[in-house]
Amino acid sequence: MSKKILLEKASIPGIKTYEVYRQNGGYASVEKALKTMTPDEVVEEVKTSGLRGRGGAGFPTGMKWSFIDKKSGKPRHLVCNADESEPGTFKDRFLMEYIPHLLIEGMITSSFALEANLSYIYIRGEYMWIYKILERAIKEAYAAGWLGKNILGTGYNLDLYVHCGGGAYICGEETALIESLEGKRGNPRIKPPFPAVSGLWANPTVVNNVESIAAVPWIVNNTGAEYAKIGIGRSTGTKLISASGHIKNPGVYEIELGLSVDEFMNSDEYLGGMIDDRPLKAFVPGGSSVPVLPANLIYKTANGEDRLMSYESLSDGGFATGSMLGSGGFIVYNDTACIVRNTWNFSRFYHHESCGQCSPCREGTGWLEKVLHRIENGHGREEDIDLLWSIQSKIEGNTICPLGDAAAWPVAAAIRHFREEFEYHVRFPEKIKNRDHFVAEPFEKVRHLVAKQTV
Amino acid sequence: MKVTIDGQTIEVEPGTTILQAARMIGGESVPPTMCYYSKLKGSGGKCRACLVEVSKGSDANPTPMPKLMASCVTGVMDGMEVNSIKSDRVTEARKSVTEFLLINHPLDCPVCDQAGECDLQNLSFKHGKSQTRYIEEKRTFEPEDIGPNIQLHMNRCILCYRCVMVADQLTDNRVHGVMDRGDHSNISTCISKAIDNEFSGNMIDVCPVGALTDKTFRFKSRVWFNKPFNAHRECTTPGCCGKTTVWMFGNEIQRVTGRKDEFHEVEEFICNECRFDHKDTKDWVIEGPRKFEKDSVINQNNYTRKLDTVVIETEKGILKGRDQDRKKISMPAVPLKKEEEQAFKEGNI
Amino acid sequence: MERLHIKQEINITEALMERINELLSHYPADKKKSALLPVLHDVQDAHDNWLSIELMDKVAEILEIKPIEVYEVVSFYTMFNQRPIGKYMFEFCQTSPCCLSGVENLMDYTCDKLGVKVGEPTADGMFEVRGVECLGACGYAPMMQLGDFFQENLTKEKIDQLIADCRDNKVTLHDK
Repeated sequence: MSKKILLEKASIPGIKTYEVYRQNGGYASVEKALKTMTPDEVVEEVKTSGLRGRGGAGFPTGMKWSFIDKKSGKPRHLVCNADESEPGTFKDRFLMEYIPHLLIEGMITSSFALEANLSYIYIRGEYMWIYKILERAIKEAYAAGWLGKNILGTGYNLDLYVHCGGGAYICGEETALIESLEGKRGNPRIKPPFPAVSGLWANPTVVNNVESIAAVPWIVNNTGAEYAKIGIGRSTGTKLISASGHIKNPGVYEIELGLSVDEFMNSDEYLGGMIDDRPLKAFVPGGSSVPVLPANLIYKTANGEDRLMSYESLSDGGFATGSMLGSGGFIVYNDTACIVRNTWNFSRFYHHESCGQCSPCREGTGWLEKVLHRIENGHGREEDIDLLWSIQSKIEGNTICPLGDAAAWPVAAAIRHFREEFEYHVRFPEKIKNRDHFVAEPFEKVRHLVAKQTV
Repeated sequence: MKVTIDGQTIEVEPGTTILQAARMIGGESVPPTMCYYSKLKGSGGKCRACLVEVSKGSDANPTPMPKLMASCVTGVMDGMEVNSIKSDRVTEARKSVTEFLLINHPLDCPVCDQAGECDLQNLSFKHGKSQTRYIEEKRTFEPEDIGPNIQLHMNRCILCYRCVMVADQLTDNRVHGVMDRGDHSNISTCISKAIDNEFSGNMIDVCPVGALTDKTFRFKSRVWFNKPFNAHRECTTPGCCGKTTVWMFGNEIQRVTGRKDEFHEVEEFICNECRFDHKDTKDWVIEGPRKFEKDSVINQNNYTRKLDTVVIETEKGILKGRDQDRKKISMPAVPLKKEEEQAFKEGNI
Repeated sequence: MERLHIKQEINITEALMERINELLSHYPADKKKSALLPVLHDVQDAHDNWLSIELMDKVAEILEIKPIEVYEVVSFYTMFNQRPIGKYMFEFCQTSPCCLSGVENLMDYTCDKLGVKVGEPTADGMFEVRGVECLGACGYAPMMQLGDFFQENLTKEKIDQLIADCRDNKVTLHDK
């Protein structure tokens, strides 16, 4: 059993309620921080811990905190990003549903570190029942004196509210989230200025993922140095991984960073191997935006080292032979899955979720989807594969926010590693008519049809 | 602050954007703009047509910026070096943006009133291709009547948000906005409400394409058959300058617009009364023919524009030519003559 | 695009107004607009799950913003409906992990059973099937959202049961 930090207490009966959470040592970090530490000391602990943003980008949390403008004298805000919408990711939901007070405790301690007096949890509208769970938990915390005026008699005031979205993936981008919290359309802002200088209502703001904030109480209680001992290299601590697809035990797991992919996939403690006897074909380690990897690059990196569940190892080899840890949305495909269909599915997602503000993303995501849809439905042309490659390369890096990149990368990776499958779709349209075309006849059986001819 | 764009250095005030600096230098290095409008607060950053490469961040931090930057919203730093048309990456990106803006555009220039003064037409003239790689069906929208003065052609819109900003910043009650999202985003009032504010007509002038056109000028003439004259009248509308351009066909005023500068931006906004209700020459004091604007079909083969002299520190270098340009590029079999060799080494001064 | 104009009975009850005021108290007094999304959710829930132009105008009036600001927001987010919809809306997640678990076949099954196409309410207005994008339940696929709740690990049998429960009025849509 590896170390559990976030979900250690999640299975205690009644932990959802304030009483049980408190009896099990809950809110200790608030006491410790408010009574014995200065805000900057809390920031230092988080910096020392090496905690990296768990939403996907992996930016060091302590560093992000240190950027917040404390000099201007404007009110500051901490906003928790619970707009979890990345396909394959459902970890924050688990945490908020089963141990909501951990997030609230983290919010109080973190708000104190940032000297914020008004903070929000922005949760996606579809998680309406969790919104209610959090609302109730916040009421309990107010009643117990952990929120409101003069908390623990220290003179520190904090108001915390939960705010629900309305159904838009783009609101997971921090500036779009802020716009949405201001009651506007979720259009990402042009940066700079960064939220740390001008965020919510033009005040200095930090936006952090649920999991990052939930790790703060442990760091404050046990010190950042202790946290940094967990994990491997610059990937410190534990990470929630949400696993889905063709595996035996889908669900949310807390792992110590540095666990090998092989062990995570195949040990009974975790995913327990494939769902049936169909072989592993591909996996997406960090949510739909990150590059898909073919079977031969999953357990080993290109130079033969063990692939580990860490920021560095999963991205080993760059985009040519690596991927990214991302949000920890772990999707596994066996050979019944069609990469072209899956790529079309992802493209449809990004097309649907593009805010439409900047031209490469607005027009490009729709174009990608339409071309992929044609190929998947047997109307592809030989030149469409190069066309897809060209479109994605024109979106990548040219957009306001990272959604453009997120839409481009899966397409690029699919072509990079599975080009033959695209060619098969183009050349044998009658064989892919059925949506389950690879169930009866997996690609391995027909690969020879598109194999390069040698004369 | 010193900034160098395509090898030309200029001194600018802090807070200047790369685009503004490029406009001060002028010429080919000025990035095209489809959404930025200097008179509208908060505009820019969206169309990505003005992307440039920052090859040196500043003197203090010379690291190049990894991504291309939207020059209209990126402030200059002291010692910054920027490549606009000099960079292949930039020209490639402009081609891409042009292609993206055109895939769903109806390309109905032959029946579009904006043709001849359309920024998208100019952009594609420069960065577009004559073929398309887009074989899917184009996106279309249901027509919507937004009032008696302004014609909305949503299919032509490139979502620059300028008209929304005009309504926000020039009028006190915005009744139109951007609806829906993604590639279905559209400009609409939602309820077929007439846009009737006194300054709403400026939406037409700021629209870079033919999405918002003047109903009183609809199908009257191609813009290049009109002769533009600067004119003014005593306008009583508060906030209106009364200074316009009237577009004449013979003795008839066919259209009234704001006066646009060389970057197609109006110098001052005008009211709807000036724009729509005064089509009689007696209503106007005609000042004289208007200089043509840069980069437009009506300006082809026209050299009447007064050129500002730009003082550039690297003048000497320019006469000499850049080192990389002074390389012999062809015919290795025919060696250079001695004096030619000299010229290549030192430039043709 | 002009919106469909269908009349809707507007009823901002005292309880609803109380809730709106509670939501407004979460934001600084001069930032009423910030409450827009949460308020729209509650107003929509209280009005047969859709928002007519008149209702949006009413929300604008309460929050002291321009009607167009409400229209813009409502049309941006997928959870707000601008036309009457089926009472029980089956919103199937159709993103990759759910597809791997056969959600497309389940949607076909549900549509056949109800005799409708995706996006069309049944004649009696009871049901509607819709395909939506990732709902964050990938490990419990296939799944759908029904009201405020998720129905996970779906099978044909579970869908039959759900439809029967809806018909018998045994399904709670909103967590109040």
